[in-house]
Amino acid sequence: MSMTVLEGKNIVRDYHIGGGLFSGPRTVHAVKGVSFTVDKGKTLAIVGESGCGKSTLARIITLIDPATAGELFIDGNKVDIARGGLTREMRRKVQIVFQNPYGSLNPRQKIGDVLGEPLLINTDKSAAERRDLAMKMLKKVGLGHEHYNRYPHMFSGGQRQRIAIARALMLNPSLLVLDEPVSALDLSVQAQVLNLLADLQDEFQLTYVFISHDLSVVRYIADDVMVMYFGEAVEYGPRDEVFSDPKHSYTKTLFAATPRADVASIKARLARKKAA
Amino acid sequence: MSLLEIKNLTVSFDTAAGPFMAVQGIDLSIEPREVLAIVGESGSGKSVSMLAVMGLLPNTATVKADRMAFDGVDLLKLSPSERRKIVGKDISMIFQEPIASLNPCFTVGFQIEEVLRFHMGMDRAQRRARAIELLKLVGIPEPEERLSSFPHQMSGGQCQRVMIAIAIACNPKLLIADEPTTALDVTIQKQILDLLVSLQAKYGMGLIMITHNMGVVAETADRVIVQYKGRKMEEADVLSLFESPKSNYTRALLSALPENAVGDRLPTVSDMLFEPAPSAGDKAAAGAAS
Repeated sequence: MSMTVLEGKNIVRDYHIGGGLFSGPRTVHAVKGVSFTVDKGKTLAIVGESGCGKSTLARIITLIDPATAGELFIDGNKVDIARGGLTREMRRKVQIVFQNPYGSLNPRQKIGDVLGEPLLINTDKSAAERRDLAMKMLKKVGLGHEHYNRYPHMFSGGQRQRIAIARALMLNPSLLVLDEPVSALDLSVQAQVLNLLADLQDEFQLTYVFISHDLSVVRYIADDVMVMYFGEAVEYGPRDEVFSDPKHSYTKTLFAATPRADVASIKARLARKKAA
Repeated sequence: MSLLEIKNLTVSFDTAAGPFMAVQGIDLSIEPREVLAIVGESGSGKSVSMLAVMGLLPNTATVKADRMAFDGVDLLKLSPSERRKIVGKDISMIFQEPIASLNPCFTVGFQIEEVLRFHMGMDRAQRRARAIELLKLVGIPEPEERLSSFPHQMSGGQCQRVMIAIAIACNPKLLIADEPTTALDVTIQKQILDLLVSLQAKYGMGLIMITHNMGVVAETADRVIVQYKGRKMEEADVLSLFESPKSNYTRALLSALPENAVGDRLPTVSDMLFEPAPSAGDKAAAGAAS
């Protein structure tokens, strides 16, 4: 039987913008009632353009921002950080990897300290234990012990993203939110990071919420796909169903806009150009 | 005659650790009305070689070439002021970050008219009329009102359209687009690419697309140059590049595309790539450094 790790019911998030000198206060509806479930070891991909609310949803799932309305269940327990606050146990269950590996690591912190910090804050482990765990994690994400004492600027973009993934995994979370983890990376490095994510998912039975606007990456990594448009989930279903039979017109537009790199479509384009 | 012809271009940067060779012996030519794509990952020297053509590199850079000619004029022999008359008029460039490449302190209209004033010597009324015409051409609604907007009042896609309007203001013969859509959403990317290609066909410009996105290459290019670590790996027309790539590196890049994935792991470039043997130039540079 599959176990549901994450469940959201009708999640709503409004932002109230206070009035300035020339404008009255108004409310932005960033997420308008979105529901989803993700089973253990599976990947849910959330797709949409900038401003559609996908990162707001990521912040709610990661327990950074409370939802305005709706219910969020993690490992079957209802979580409401607006009322109950955030406990250490909750923080250990959900972790996030951000888009820009250049911005999400402190330039003045050594990699060893980057990896040790989640343990320092959320557990009572001793310094020696923290160091041990950090060393092990470096190996797991394809880096070496010699990297422990280096600073972030000494790493390439792909390596920094590995470090960000390692930091997220230090607390052994059951759910990992990946907010555009590969969109700042080169194609060849992107493939390495995607492989790493797939390996880690197999090894630790991790559950991913993968946020992206790149459909080819989503098609490769996702089990379920949710397409968001102006705060609403306009399409939600198993990957193959969404890709083979998109129902909503926005999903169709999105598919049509994705550049195709196969020989047949190049031939078609060159033929069109010749005819014109 | 080729529109732009470059033979054996080398660009090196002076660093504390000796010269760093960013571009090592690139040959390149583009015909009028042609779309050439230069593909490569970051650090492959694709932007640097085009900045060398534009003369926009900082003065720590040393540019050497056997020949660098635009439309029959040798760019290496021109004085900086003569060069500025060509750059921005006959060759123009669009950059990656549309919002960062516009000046936040001036209106969009001012920035378009600035080019027209400098290169075309138009009077105020002519400039305004031409700016409105250009905004209409790149598909911005209500161009008359938009002239007095500032860049922060527009979206990323609209800013990129304004950049394109500035670039094509003086009817250039060659347009260089450096990752024009990397910062944009897929739906906007599609619109901008369609716009670039249609303008290219309409005005018969040469277009150089610098990109790392194989999808963009497939959708726009006639001919493709693949670059890696400052060297040219392969040059082919777009169909044969995708159908039968010759170099190991191109093959690796194409198989790293997630849509080409077979099985549950992606092949990565380092799995198949063999480092090209260092050339004589490299050894000389290394010798000079030590």
